[in-house]
Amino acid sequence: MSILINGETRLLVQGITGHEGSFHTQQMLTDGTNIVAGVTPGKGGEWVLDGKIPVFDSVKLAVDVTGANTSVIFVPALFAGDAILEAVNAGVKLIVCITEGVPVKDMLLVKHVIQEQNVTLIGPNSPGIISPDSCKIGIIPSSITQKGNIGVVSRSGTLTYEVVYALKKAGIGTSTCVGIGGDPIIGTNFAEILSYFEGDSQTDVIVMIGEIGGLEEERAATYISSKLTKPVVGFIAGQAAPANKRMGHAGAIIEGGIGTAEEKIKALQDAGVQIARYPDEIPDLIHQL
Amino acid sequence: MRLHEYQSKEIFVDYRIPIPRGRLASTPEEAGLIAEELNGPVVLKAQVLVGGRGKAGGIRLVKSSDEAEDEASKILGNRIKDIPVRRLLVEEAVNIQQEIYFGLTVDRESGETVMIASAAGGVEIEEVARVSPEKIVRININPLIGLRDYQARNCATDIEIPRELWRSFIGIARNLYQAYITLDSTLAEINPLVITTENRWMALDGKIIIDDNALFRHIDIIDKRDISAESPEEIEARKFGVSYIKLDGNIGCLVNGAGLAMATMDIIRHKGGQPANFLDIGGGASSERVAAALRIILADPQVKTILINIFGGITRCDEVALGIQQVLKEIKPEIPFVIRLVGTNEKEGKQILADSSLTTADSLQEAAEKAVKLSLESA
Repeated sequence: MSILINGETRLLVQGITGHEGSFHTQQMLTDGTNIVAGVTPGKGGEWVLDGKIPVFDSVKLAVDVTGANTSVIFVPALFAGDAILEAVNAGVKLIVCITEGVPVKDMLLVKHVIQEQNVTLIGPNSPGIISPDSCKIGIIPSSITQKGNIGVVSRSGTLTYEVVYALKKAGIGTSTCVGIGGDPIIGTNFAEILSYFEGDSQTDVIVMIGEIGGLEEERAATYISSKLTKPVVGFIAGQAAPANKRMGHAGAIIEGGIGTAEEKIKALQDAGVQIARYPDEIPDLIHQL
Repeated sequence: MRLHEYQSKEIFVDYRIPIPRGRLASTPEEAGLIAEELNGPVVLKAQVLVGGRGKAGGIRLVKSSDEAEDEASKILGNRIKDIPVRRLLVEEAVNIQQEIYFGLTVDRESGETVMIASAAGGVEIEEVARVSPEKIVRININPLIGLRDYQARNCATDIEIPRELWRSFIGIARNLYQAYITLDSTLAEINPLVITTENRWMALDGKIIIDDNALFRHIDIIDKRDISAESPEEIEARKFGVSYIKLDGNIGCLVNGAGLAMATMDIIRHKGGQPANFLDIGGGASSERVAAALRIILADPQVKTILINIFGGITRCDEVALGIQQVLKEIKPEIPFVIRLVGTNEKEGKQILADSSLTTADSLQEAAEKAVKLSLESA
């Protein structure tokens, strides 16, 4: 088993004809993902990727014709909020937004709507989800992963690659790896993903990769100590980061004394999480469990 | 993007939020003239984008236009927390009866806008939150419904605003919310919002932060950006789409991805070294962008070792290698480089750099250990 994605996943790609969209759709196909449709307004009727994938003008049409149940979004930030709302309106229940830099104001509305409609949104600014040897949504390179029993959840992109690759080199595989996104407002938080891993029979241990900014990790710590039975190994990036400076991600900033690595590490340790000092230490901590 | 007090107040005026009479001065003479026009005690306020400027001597109350000119000459051209003061806001002094804090910001946890108010105005809200959190009122705002009168009224009762001022307070709250939403702000704050001895509201200080990701909707605001608080390197980096933040150490870091860049800094620390900077070249960087990033790091005289950590995904290792090669050719830096390339087109990337005498590493840990060792040797 895996979380969020599986053999039932029928994926549609919003922004399939764009540079990023078409490249990563090809990658996802190679990795075995069942991609049933693409959407680019104005290009409906075309067939892309050697005539394998039909393109539609709207998500509604794509869903009606192909039965797509999951969407991945590669459209530019300016249109990403609208793309998410369009997918929600078409009845898609799992949406993964890869786009980075979606304005906060757009996300305030999106967040409200997905909660009301009970839709799972991963991201924005997410590298996606991968269950090695089964399904991939997004941009995580499959070559650095291998199938196994570790669930990985992260706020970051390339740091996630670093961690799953370190696991692979140590002979440890991944059940599902989820990047929840580095923006201040995201659809799904750590605690929700942890609860999915708790219920996943393939996952025995969870690796959680956080970073400075916000209180996401603290909330996850509350969930871990009260509900989670599976062991968690964690890493928090940004221990050497100064306050009041945004570290690239819109969400990674220590403001008003909130969001420091020290407090996150303490909260997680108090919840029983083993904290790695750097990514390469994560496999060692898993072996010691 | 953070706006100056005077820029925030221009917005307040547009949204019918009362502010003291006054104008901006960039010379002591101008400050004197404005004080003369205002004809009474005035406040001189340095326009710099740092907190705590009052304590640092950036705010002065003066009684006459002569005194205004005199004091202005002391503040203008001086530095506050290392930032040069180029402009002063000269405003009429206001007789204060009561000060409150009022602001709107994003509550990351709920994903909603939150209205924050406190009867303890004038001080940093973070300080109030730390010392006496019970003095802070927080009311979440549904994005579809907006800020409603009853919410502002509840807020007014909670912080004990006199009844006769409820109606006008609601007006200010609604107007600030309008400005906040219209301008894609992530913070709109009036601190202090005061009740004058004439029983009128006045926004004595203001701070607005615009969402950088939404600036494309506000072309007029982009022109207001003040870069005097940023280092030339940070400005140069932004031009190339690179996130760069200077730190105090001597190991220059070039990394793709913000999380990985932070983790690279962290591991340097753990191995006993000191990172000289945070640098994220972003996703899918071109060789030109990589070269620009490397030049910025090399321009820092404190940098004694370079650590390049690339985990290719969207970013291609060969593209990164080409950028590095270009800079090596043109600058011929004498300091040691440690480079770790993994992921997309790793082989091609390594081939490009095979002839240059760079120290290579297979893992982040190995790269950090080597860079720290080299930095200690050269120190």
